[in-house]
Amino acid sequence: MTEFLQQLLNGLSLGAIYALIALGYTMVYGVLRFINFAHSDVFMVGAFIGYYLGHHVPESTVWGGLLVLTAAMIGCALLGMLIERLVYRPLRSAPTLNVLITAIGVSLLLEYTGQLVFGAAPRTFPPIFPSANFHLGPLTISSNQLLVISVTLILLFALRFIVMRTKIGTAMRAVSLNPRAASLVGINNDFVISFTFALGSAMAAAGGILYALNYPSIDPLMGVMPGLKAFVAAILGGIGNIPGAALGGLLLGTVETFVGGSEWSTYKDAIAFAILIVILLFRPAGLLGKFTVEKV
Amino acid sequence: MPRPHLYLLASLVVAFGISYFSDRIDPYHLDVLTGIGINIILAVSLNLVNGYTGQFSLGHAGFMSVGAYLAAAVSIFLAPKFLGPDGGTVWQQGLFFLGALLTGGLSAAGAGLIVGVPSLRLKGDYLALVTLGFGEIIRVIFQNVEKLGGALGLNGIPAYTSIFWVLAFVAVTIFTVTCLVNSTYGRGFLATHDDEIAAEAVGLNTTRYKIVAFVTAAFFAGIAGGLYGHFKMTITPTGFDFTKSIEIVVMVILGGMGNTLGVILAAVLLTLLPELLRPIAEYRMVIYSTLLIALMLVRPQGLFNFHLGKAKS
Repeated sequence: MTEFLQQLLNGLSLGAIYALIALGYTMVYGVLRFINFAHSDVFMVGAFIGYYLGHHVPESTVWGGLLVLTAAMIGCALLGMLIERLVYRPLRSAPTLNVLITAIGVSLLLEYTGQLVFGAAPRTFPPIFPSANFHLGPLTISSNQLLVISVTLILLFALRFIVMRTKIGTAMRAVSLNPRAASLVGINNDFVISFTFALGSAMAAAGGILYALNYPSIDPLMGVMPGLKAFVAAILGGIGNIPGAALGGLLLGTVETFVGGSEWSTYKDAIAFAILIVILLFRPAGLLGKFTVEKV
Repeated sequence: MPRPHLYLLASLVVAFGISYFSDRIDPYHLDVLTGIGINIILAVSLNLVNGYTGQFSLGHAGFMSVGAYLAAAVSIFLAPKFLGPDGGTVWQQGLFFLGALLTGGLSAAGAGLIVGVPSLRLKGDYLALVTLGFGEIIRVIFQNVEKLGGALGLNGIPAYTSIFWVLAFVAVTIFTVTCLVNSTYGRGFLATHDDEIAAEAVGLNTTRYKIVAFVTAAFFAGIAGGLYGHFKMTITPTGFDFTKSIEIVVMVILGGMGNTLGVILAAVLLTLLPELLRPIAEYRMVIYSTLLIALMLVRPQGLFNFHLGKAKS
């Protein structure tokens, strides 16, 4: 039982990171109906911004850590907006396949530029937050795990607030529902899409830093696997659906951790894809998504 | 004899001719030529799915690995039994290798059927992801089969691949894909690509077409894998990951989806490019990806698609 709870805890903290990345996929899909393959590399860039800034703030302090986190989020938000402006906007009316290919291109460009700039060798991420282990009966909770879960919760609620309660959030939902009608009622679609990218990329940056704190070795290709899995999480919860992405992330992280702790541990990486295939075949709309019929 | 058959026959003769003189060709050039041939097989076969039929598969390397592993397994485990301790004559060896390659190709086709039947119900982005997922699952499975070397890979594959086999299979692949697409039956692939709903409305079974395209492509990917394994003599599961699939997809896109000649040119170019760019090898992938983005922005119909003014979407 103790082991079960411990694994559950580990799974939830991994799942929280997947959830943060999944949010970016889901939001972009919501407004633009395409998979932003480059999202997982924005996540990587976030971790690297954290790495470079982390050496300039005093180690293991809460304010230093939060400063780095905020800076990385802002940096990645700008990067996301830049990518959208330069690459995706000219392709707004292009066929889905072309946009998908371009997204793969952007992803590769970020990865390999990363290898040139940062070097391909893995680096050790500095401990920017204070760390300690708490003992709750037989369970061990590290402060990093608590940090991951609390930051994710805060960001989730902030996002929920922005999307449901603010003017720009309403505009986002309008664009997602029907872009043409949205521009007819005077919404600036370009601005909304840009804002969505900024928001999603900021979430990815937070995810990147939290991931790097828990698995403290970062390299330019670190985003690929978490990115793919987060995407699976987004589909699992129902793509375009914000609570769904969070739920999908937590579920996926938990399942993966349990598989990793069993005798099937070498198949850990395949689990996410197996889930993806099963969900797409039996419930393509995802757990919380609405099923829509394709119209001619 | 119909013209395509003549071409096939002529190419086979040329392949035989080149291989006859192969000991006079510089080994480095032979290696590059073999690499080009394998990539042409991969790209032309993927073009049947991604180009002509308009589906987007990102799992071609997965099928390649199935072919590579099974053909290698046949060679390693069965060769001593069939060929005897001295390795047999050239003809025996050739016949045995053909058998091994076909085993690899057919197993890949089988894998293609297993993957294709459920996933081809999906479209666009989703199909791309599911095929990618299957490719990764295949990789993880090979990583866990100890009999096939596990994560370390399979070593000691006999070097059966000669330039003859590569060129011959290049010819067979191009022949099959061209004839399939240009046949009465094959118009269905293009119809599926152009407008699935309209194709369904005139009574074409588009799902069937997609599966036929997918399985055929998987078969040739398996053959290419077999040739690759017996050429490099060692294979690892990570050699057939997502990046390899993307590499093949880039060839298809660069060549202009649904344009066999363009795809062949792109495969040649993209195999030669890393050789030529060796001094600046670390920039190779950066150049690739920039090329891909620029192409989609400026010339989405592909670099070698010369049907001017007839940009297909």
